[in-house]
Order: sequence, then structure tokens, then C-alpha cells
Amino acid sequence: MKKSKLFLVSLTSIIAVLLLSGCENNMVVFNPEGPIARQILELINFSIALMLLVTVVVFGLFGFIVWKYREKKDNMDYEPPEEHGSTVLEIIWTVIPILIIVALTIPTVKTIYAIDEIPKGYENKEPLVINVTSADWKWIFSYPEQGIETVNYVNIPEDRPIDFRLTSAGTMQSFWIPALAGQKYTMAKAETQLYLVADNPGSYVGKNTNFNGQGYAGMEFEVLSQTQEDWDQWIKDVKETAPKMTLQEYEKMLEPSHLGRKTFSNTHLEWVDHSDPHSKNYTNPEMYDRGHGWPGKIFEDKDNYKNKDGNNEHSNHGNNEDMKHKESETEDSHGGDHSGH
Amino acid sequence: MGIKWDEFFVTGDPLIFASQIGIALTLVGALAGLTYFKKWNYLWSEWFTTVDHKKIGIMYILLGVVMFFRGGIDGLMMKGQTAVPENEFLNAQHYNEVFTTHGVIMILFVAMPLLIGLMNFVIPLQIGARDVAFPQLNALSFWLTVSGAALFNISFIIGGSPDAGWTSYFPLAGKEFSPGIGNNFYAVALQIAGAGTLMTGINFVVTVLKMRTKGMTLMKMPMFTWTSFITSIIIVASFPIFTVALALMTFDRTFGTHFFTISGGGMDMLWANLFWLWGHPEVYIVVLPAFGMLSDIISTFARKTLYGYKSMVISIVMISVLSMLVWVHHFFTMGNSAGVNSFFSITTMAIAIPTGVKVFNWLFTMRKGRIKFTTAMLWALAFVPNFVIGGVTGVMLAMAAADYQYHNTLFLVAHFHYVLIPGVVFPIFAGLYFWWPKMFGYMLNEKIGKWHFWLFVVGFNVTFMPMFFLGLDGAVRRAYTYSAETGFGPLMMISAVGSVILAAGFAALVYNIYWSARNADRNIGNDPWDARTLEWATATPVQHYNFASLPEVTKLDAFWHMKKNNELQPLTEDEIEEIHLPSNTWIPIYMGVIFGISGFLLVFEWTIAAGIAALGILAGLAFRSFDYDEGFHVHKDEIFETESKWRKSAKKGVKNHVS
Repeated sequence: MKKSKLFLVSLTSIIAVLLLSGCENNMVVFNPEGPIARQILELINFSIALMLLVTVVVFGLFGFIVWKYREKKDNMDYEPPEEHGSTVLEIIWTVIPILIIVALTIPTVKTIYAIDEIPKGYENKEPLVINVTSADWKWIFSYPEQGIETVNYVNIPEDRPIDFRLTSAGTMQSFWIPALAGQKYTMAKAETQLYLVADNPGSYVGKNTNFNGQGYAGMEFEVLSQTQEDWDQWIKDVKETAPKMTLQEYEKMLEPSHLGRKTFSNTHLEWVDHSDPHSKNYTNPEMYDRGHGWPGKIFEDKDNYKNKDGNNEHSNHGNNEDMKHKESETEDSHGGDHSGH
Repeated sequence: MGIKWDEFFVTGDPLIFASQIGIALTLVGALAGLTYFKKWNYLWSEWFTTVDHKKIGIMYILLGVVMFFRGGIDGLMMKGQTAVPENEFLNAQHYNEVFTTHGVIMILFVAMPLLIGLMNFVIPLQIGARDVAFPQLNALSFWLTVSGAALFNISFIIGGSPDAGWTSYFPLAGKEFSPGIGNNFYAVALQIAGAGTLMTGINFVVTVLKMRTKGMTLMKMPMFTWTSFITSIIIVASFPIFTVALALMTFDRTFGTHFFTISGGGMDMLWANLFWLWGHPEVYIVVLPAFGMLSDIISTFARKTLYGYKSMVISIVMISVLSMLVWVHHFFTMGNSAGVNSFFSITTMAIAIPTGVKVFNWLFTMRKGRIKFTTAMLWALAFVPNFVIGGVTGVMLAMAAADYQYHNTLFLVAHFHYVLIPGVVFPIFAGLYFWWPKMFGYMLNEKIGKWHFWLFVVGFNVTFMPMFFLGLDGAVRRAYTYSAETGFGPLMMISAVGSVILAAGFAALVYNIYWSARNADRNIGNDPWDARTLEWATATPVQHYNFASLPEVTKLDAFWHMKKNNELQPLTEDEIEEIHLPSNTWIPIYMGVIFGISGFLLVFEWTIAAGIAALGILAGLAFRSFDYDEGFHVHKDEIFETESKWRKSAKKGVKNHVS
């Protein structure tokens, strides 16, 4: 039995060391670069401390009991007593968890409410509104006030609250910038909101955490926090140099693909706001065919943008001849989602 | 229908091609072997048509073990793919199919059949009954589970696997974004298997309420019976939700309705709500019976009554109530109001309270005991520290604000594996080692068992511990690859190595079953562990009628007290009465097959053919209602003969094995 005890002791210490060292490592959640992420981290650290306490007590008690009351050669005729429980003890180990949960609940609820708003100290600064539209498999950022749009990267001024308005053109995604804030889902025909502030200029990774098909692993974007001056300059440059996006180009953009970075001097909000429950659909079912296996039916969607000229391109109910043809198109438009990024 | 065979069979992937050949060869081999050794008749009359809860239980366990292979290989493939950055072993599509099937199979076709199998075998014996309340329904439950499992498993060679995750969130799982038929397999196969599970739930609620032997009040039931009873109630409460959700999914995918799609006014989050309204209780459906097994095993090998029996019962009832009130914690990040997130944070954290009570009660059951480290007990012991890690990280995840950083990352993946493996798989292994002698009349080898134990436990920790840190460093779940700059590489590699050790542990179990079946001692008596509950008062292996005369219970741990007070009287000839038992029937297996066929046709959206095949279901029901077979009686002489035989050898066995 020595082995199991040794194992448990070493396991406990490994976990303890790993968890304790969590405070001074380079894991992104433990290195917040803005007040929202910092508030969440404070909550996380508090919970780790309390949970570590629970773990140590249970592990200790467990090790002690298992070791002390193990069967040995010299206690083979020891017959354990008949014991049914103890009301006092059972009340104690009901009340203690309750106290721990209460201790966790208070800061949790406070933080939940706090991160739903503009962080403290920034209430006087007017937030910069950025509309985020996720599509398969790219992130589209629209700056309605500045009248520009970027794809797969977003530049923000430091020390200013950013008000992200999140929606999706198709599947559900989750918008996450671990260094600056937590995450929120993006859903078609609905809008969610996420506030954050960046402390310093710097580049941070943003990604999708909600699985949405073949191109999911590549759905990352860069958040570049700049000084106000640099940011103003960037806006100016974009407005002067970036091309205008057209409706056709936008429709093409929403097809399932990886695009790399793009910049435009107008926004798609001019013709569609995907968070509007009555907006048209931009779905292209025929492009999601996996290229193997039975194709199945595809239903026409009356709400689709493709209906605008009165002829629906994909009225091919499981027509195999046509599917084959579409499939080769799909290969092209996927643009190498198998080849890594 | 216009079948194009190259689309019907999945082609183009060498891995899948190899498994197609493998499956074909295995099938041919099995059929030829059965024919050559003339085993068809034996299988049909002894197993396929049986209504005996013990045999059904064993078949459930067999199904679970076979599916464990499939799910385990999926897991190894995922670990192999992510072991190094930008690996090209699997492509995105294949990886998506693999993690989807891994999740579904492990939860629904491994955990559930293994637990329901053990419940089937043990519960009627523990409550001193001759069978479950509805033996034929029980067989039907089993065959529907097999039917669902078979349908789900053929998807990767015929038609294409589901690939939208085991949660199959809409709109991704809808026709707009998953136009093939892969996700139809999900909807239809789980519907069929789910129907079987729901019937099991009903069956066990009635069994526990109505079939208990004389004197066994609710508060004298062994803890495994209690937890299985509560589990059955959760099944009855939650599976209908899943049934409805899957039906709506089938309508959306097959008939073009708009319940969950984004077009036509559908609501994708409705699916998420319905799914988790079932899916969260489902977690407790698999964990609670496992808790019950642990209680029985820990008290047996510590040689003590379960500590705080009443508070254990109260805790499981509380857990079952709370399990229905926490589902929103699966989508804290969907933009709920702060009030909603706070409410569900609190209800979720509250589950830690009854769970904590249980952990302390288990610890105090061992205190002042004499702990015997059998393999079964080692599994039960390993549960405590490992499950505590899963539990405390669960509390961390329950804090909605903090969850904004953990959600959908590998931290979450690590957490639920730390709950489900120590909380479900360890107890199932414990239960297998513990009840194996009762099922088959010999014990599993303890030495190989310890290999199984250490490899599995070490492998498990090496696999999943790194994932906590990967998640905190921003690694998301379900991503088939990552770049070297992320720095995930080294920990991912450690995790992959761990999964190989884990697999070696499982291989040791399989070897143990093979070795013990050939070499283990058959003369072990009826009570090799010096156990406490009624199932050990019967012969080993148990006769088809369970108890010659039904035992009478006066106390908790009834069998233990009978032994202590020498109340185990030899059976006299005049005490024996004829025993009535139900006859075997072919209807359940027929129903399984016909459900499978109509399900298969429905998957392929051949709705008219599916409808015609479904008439066969009605035919089965009609036939059943005109079936007047009232079963048979076991003759007195036969009972007396078998009973005196095992009772004589039982005394010998006790001497040999109780130390």
C-alpha cells in the first residue's frame, strides 16, 4: 500500500505546486491587460485559494484515514465497531460547504454585474462602438461612427472603453479575447454585448471558442491596442486608402472560407444588420457539403439573400448531378481550410 | 431513391477504408465461427430471447465494453492528432466527426449501458426480488439500446458520421450548415436508444417501489438501490425532454420545419435549452448510480455500515432536484442578464454541498474500519482525490463571471473528464471487480487488476491534468490543430502520452477478463468478499430464479447481520415452493431490429419506406398484445437439488476466501 500513498502524496503536491505557480506564469488568463480581465482574474484567484483549501483538507483527511485504518497483519482480528453516523459531524460538513459557497457567491455575483458595465474609472469616457459580425470562418468588425470595416483584425484605442456589439451571419460563435475580457456568444438575429478596456498598446489574440465546422480551428483575429494618436491616424489612413466594399463582395465574403485580413472604407451595416430578427439569411447550404457520404435534402430558404433576383440558385433537392458540380465549387471557395493556417 | 453506392458508403479516407475492411472481416468471421461451432441455437435461446434481468445486465455490460473500444479509439485519434502543432494525421472534417462520436458514444453507449447493466444485474438481487417489474419491457429496453448503438456506429462507414459535436448545437447541426445526413444519424439513433432508456427508468422506479422483499422498507435499501431509484426518477423526468428535442431536430432536418434553424423564425438557443435540460440531469443519471456502487463497495471493504445513511439519502435527493435547476450554466456566455447568470451560478455551486456531505460520509465510513485493498476498493479509493479535483474545478466553472474565461476551453474539457472518469468509470470498474464473481462464478485476477488500476489512474491524470493549464493559456476545445507559436505543443504531447498509458490500462482489463475466464478458481462460494447486502445471499453464479425463498429483512445491511447472528438457516424441503417465471420471447429483439431498419431508412430521408417499415413496429405491438404465454413454473425438486448443492460448497468457499 505504500505505493498508493506515495502516489497520492506526490499527486497532491504536484497539483498544489502547479496551481500555486499559476499566479506567476505566462498563461494568458493570468496576465490580464485590461480592467475587465483583471476583475475576472481576481475572482479566479480567490476561488483557487478557497478550492485549494478544500482540496488540501480532503486529501489530508483521506490520506490519514486510509493509512491509519488499513488492514495489516496485526489487526486481522480487529472487528470494526457498528457506527451509523453522527448528527453533529454531518451538520458540520453540511454547514462548512454552505459557508464556502456563500463566500464564493458574493464576489461572483458582484463580478457578474460589474463586467456587464463599463469598468469603473472609465464611465466618463464615451465608449467606442464596434459591431462584430462573425461568419464562417472570419470575423468582421464594423466601426459605425468612423464608417470603416475590417476583417480578422480590430484596432482599438488604449484606455478607452470599447463597446462590442456581437452578432453572427450564420452559425453560433463565441467572441473571446482572453487577455482583455471574457467571452460572449455571437448569434444570428440577436445581439450580445461585451465591454472592455485595454491598459496599454499591444497586440492580443482573439478567437472563436464555439465549434462551428471545418474552418473552426483557424478562426482567430488580432486585437491591436494603440495610443489614441496612432489610432486616429490609422482611421484617417483607412478612410483615405481602403477600397469600398460592394454588396456582391460582401455576399462573397460570407461564403464559408478563410479570408486573411481585409480593410474597407465603408461598412456592411449600410445594407444588412444581422442582429435584426428580420434580416435576410446569407446561408449557402450547398457549400457545406462534406464531399463524402450521402448528401441528403436541402430545403429552400424563402428568406435567403439569393431570392432578391427572383431565381433561387439551389433548388436542387438532393439532385446528385448538381451536387457533384457544386462540390467542386466548394473545394475552390474553401480556400485550403485543410492545409492549416 | 436513386442510390449512388459511392456516396452511400463513405469513401476516400484510408482510415475509414481500413475499418470497413476490418468490420467486414470481423462480421464474416463471427458469423462463420458461430455457424461452425453450432452456437446459433444457444445464443438465440439462452441470450437473445431472454427476459432474465441478470442475462440482460450482462449483455448491457458487454455492449458497454465493446463501445468503450470504439470511443477509446476515437479519443486516442484525437490525442494523436493534437500531440504536435499543425499535425496532418486527421483533417478538420475527420477530427470533427471523431470528437462528436467520441462524446456521444462515451456518454450514451458506454456509461449508460455499463451502469444500466450493473443496475439490471444487482438491483433485483439487492432488494430480494425474482426479477424486475416488467421483464419483457426490460429486454425491449436493451434491444432498443443495441439498435441505437448499431445505427450510430454504422454512420462512419455508411452515409457519413455526425460532425456537429455531441451537443449538436443549432444552427450548425441544421440543414443550413450540415446538409449531409450525418446528423440524421445523431437524431434517429439517440431517439431509439433514448426510448429504451426511458423504459428502463420506468421499469426500475416500479421495481424498487413494488418488488422489495418482506421487511425492506425504503430506508433499509442498500445505497446502490437508492441511487438507482433516484436515477430512474431523473430518467423519467428528463428523457422525455430529449425525446421532444430530437423529434423537433428530425422535423427540422428531414421535413424542413423551423424550430431551431435561423431561417423561418427558428430559435437556435431553444435547442441549447432543451438539450441541456436533459443533458445536465444526464450527468447525474450516470454519476448517481456510480456513487451508490462506491457506497456499497467502501462499506464492504472497510467492514463498516455506511456512515450517515440518512444524510446520504437526503443528499442524493437534493442532487436530483438541483440537477434540474442548473442547465443554464452551459451557456453563461450567451448574453443572459446578470440576474439569470447569478441565479444559475448559485444553484450550480449549491450542488457542491450535498456532494461534499457524501465525500465526508465516505471518508468516515472508512474511519475506524479495517480497509482491505482489493482491486475493487482501490478503484473506490482513487475516486476520492480525483473526483475532488473535478469537483472543485466544477465550482470554479460555476462562477459565471469566471466562466467567461473557461467556457469552451480545454479547462472545461479537463474538468468534465475529471468528473466523469473518476465519478463514473472508476466506480464502474470497481463494480465490475466487485460483482464479477456473482455474475460469472469466478473472480477477476487481482494482480492483473492492479496493473489495470495503476496504468489507468496514472494515465488518466497525465492525460487530463495538462488540459487545465492549456485551457487557462487560451487553448479552445474541438480545434483540430494549432500553430507552434501558441506554445501548446509540449503539454499537448504530455497529454497524448498519458492517453496511451490510459489505453494500456484498459488493455489490462481486457486481458484480465480473458485470463480469468480461462484460469480463475471456480470454487469461491457465494460470498467471496464477506459482503453486506442480499445479492451475496444467493448462489454464485445466481440461478435463474434468484432466491429459492425470498429473504426477510429487518435491518440495513441485512445479509451482514444474518451472517453475524447465524440466521442463515439451511433450506428445508417443505419450505420450498414452485417458482413462477416468465418465458423467453423473440418480440424484444424483433422490435430492436425493426426499429433499427425504420430508423436507418429515416436517416436516409426515405420517409415513405421508413413509414412502411414502421408498420412492423405496430405489428410487433399487436402480436405482443395477443401473446397469452403466462410463463412457466420451476419444479420443487429442481430447486431443492440446486439449492442444496451450492449451499454445501458455499461453506467451503467462505473458509477459503474470507480472511
